[in-house]
Amino acid sequence: MAEPIITVEHLSKRYLLRHQQAERYTALRDVLTNRARSLFRGGRQATSTEEFLALDDVSFSVQPGDRVGIIGRNGAGKSTLLKILSRITEPSKGRITIDGRVASLLEVGTGFHPELTGRENIYLNGAILGMNKAEIRAKFDEIVAFAEVERFLDTPVKRYSSGMYVRLAFAVAAHLEPEILIVDEVLAVGDAAFQRKCLGKMESVAGEGRTVLFVSHQMDAVQRLCNKGLLLHKGRLITDGPMDEVVKHYLQQNATAEADFRFEPPAEPRPAAFATELRIETPEGSPLPEVPIGSLWQARIGFTVEKPCDGFVIALGISTLLDLPIRTTWSTAQAMAPGRYEVLFINDGIHLADNQYKLVVGLSDQGRVLQYLPGQALLTISDISTLTGDSRIVNSRSGLLMNQMETRIQRIA
Amino acid sequence: MSKHRIVLEHGSADRHYWRDLWNYRGLFGFLAWRDILVRYKQTTIGVLWSVLRPLLTLAVMAFIGWLFESKLPGNVPRLLLVGAATLPWTFFSTAFSESAGSLIANSNLLTKVYFPRLIVPASTIIVCLIDFLISFAILVVLMVAYRFMPGPEVLLLPVFLLLALVTALGSGLLIAALNVKYRDFRYIVPFIVQFGLYVSPVAFSSADIHGSERIPELLKFIYALNPMVGVIDGFRWCLLGDDATIHLPAFLLSIGVSLLLLVAGIRYFRSTERGFADVI
Repeated sequence: MAEPIITVEHLSKRYLLRHQQAERYTALRDVLTNRARSLFRGGRQATSTEEFLALDDVSFSVQPGDRVGIIGRNGAGKSTLLKILSRITEPSKGRITIDGRVASLLEVGTGFHPELTGRENIYLNGAILGMNKAEIRAKFDEIVAFAEVERFLDTPVKRYSSGMYVRLAFAVAAHLEPEILIVDEVLAVGDAAFQRKCLGKMESVAGEGRTVLFVSHQMDAVQRLCNKGLLLHKGRLITDGPMDEVVKHYLQQNATAEADFRFEPPAEPRPAAFATELRIETPEGSPLPEVPIGSLWQARIGFTVEKPCDGFVIALGISTLLDLPIRTTWSTAQAMAPGRYEVLFINDGIHLADNQYKLVVGLSDQGRVLQYLPGQALLTISDISTLTGDSRIVNSRSGLLMNQMETRIQRIA
Repeated sequence: MSKHRIVLEHGSADRHYWRDLWNYRGLFGFLAWRDILVRYKQTTIGVLWSVLRPLLTLAVMAFIGWLFESKLPGNVPRLLLVGAATLPWTFFSTAFSESAGSLIANSNLLTKVYFPRLIVPASTIIVCLIDFLISFAILVVLMVAYRFMPGPEVLLLPVFLLLALVTALGSGLLIAALNVKYRDFRYIVPFIVQFGLYVSPVAFSSADIHGSERIPELLKFIYALNPMVGVIDGFRWCLLGDDATIHLPAFLLSIGVSLLLLVAGIRYFRSTERGFADVI
């Protein structure tokens, strides 16, 4: 076997987490006041920091010409690994040997300045990514043609549409010629046609025998592009091998989503009514931990009414993990006697893209909130579709809602 | 084995630092070029700003000097005396504040791309240098108007410009690195700039200080610790041949402080640099 181009040995990265502090930097005044306080207490104040291993003893090697896909859930350590490989941050332990020029693309348009024109930004961004002036000049026309921005070369990029901006940024990066190219999930931008173009460009880069490291959540993209895979989970390397096997492993590991959620009992004094559990099911009523994309599902919520209510309403909301509400459904107000109840929210064919969503449960009586549970239950829509689902749903990245509009084409002339 | 082989380990960033810095000189140029372009892009009178600012400072400082009857050496007109000080002072104050805030301003770069971080504060100083050169033209115009011919000392001017640059870079690096960790320092910068103007010989002349009998020796010593005293006295000497202002021990002391600032700035910057991306 040839000598590896990248060797990673026992790599660890430790971060210190500071509690009760929203920002990562410290204010000098806090340091000073803490010192002063501990002086008076006559002892060292218990520090509220916690160690966090973003990467834990990771070892692997990459052969020249390999296209390596790095996959794993959010927080698995993928981005940290890329940051260390691109020298942005240092390892805490371990050793990496790299035999070649590295260019990393962790973000589209790093260093783009809105006031500068397209032409100026090509030069600036090229320099930031590690090209010298002669290299940029030689590639300039190619970059402009790839980005399709010829007419706007001398317009400040702040006037660009977001699509143009992304195309230009990717075009610069795509024309780098390093021996090793490190790419974070930058393809999740732009329209479908441009995404295909980007993927094609990356395939040809890989075809030229260069080594590519690629982080993505898009399983189809990594499977198309990469021959080897790394699966990370909570900072540890789980598997390392041919891409298809690693993807299979990842999908199995991911099938651990839950269908049943129990809610914490409410604090005393207890409200008149409160929800106790939620279950995601198939329309037939069997538990469904992961909803295949395009399939029907329903949510069954168990709740207890302890005191009679005159205008009881229970609501179920769906929002993204970033708390963008997608829809909320309320039951009609009605009087309730004490007892145990169950309510069924039946999803009537609004199909969400594959992702996780928060299910928000709220109970109220005559407009007064009795209980509000923001996101203690998660709905997981998987990207694996089934034959029973809506067959028109193909590109899961085409939006939040997968339902197709009715389209009519007619001849008018 | 490729000539590009790099080994990444804890603490490995130190090994080839200066070689790396040299390899990234292209980026240094591009960042400076970006700052220059951006500086004049959205301003209607553009380059005029770099003339207007020192001109107004000059007028105010000359007025204050006249008000307090600060002594004029030989036959040097007051405007020239103040002008020779305003230029290096404006250069220092802008270069210092811009470089002190440069890491925060470029945090998106720091977290996404590798390069020796020293490039960022250093490249911001280039814009200030351009501003200095533009405003230097004002002084030349003034000298012509007064028919004032500088002596051969003027050839040493670049040395003092370099000294001003060293002072600005040293203090800028120190504050820039501290600013990443302790954001309080952004409040300190304007204070230093404002305060510095009062304790530097811009409106008055160092000769007023050293010649005064009212001022105790200790205060004179503290006065000489200000690195900008050496820079401004040097400028006045080069441009106006005004050697009355140069009090040699004090002058050397202030140059020493400048160099010390640079060493301290680089050392502190280098020791904290590798953690920038993690905390910024």
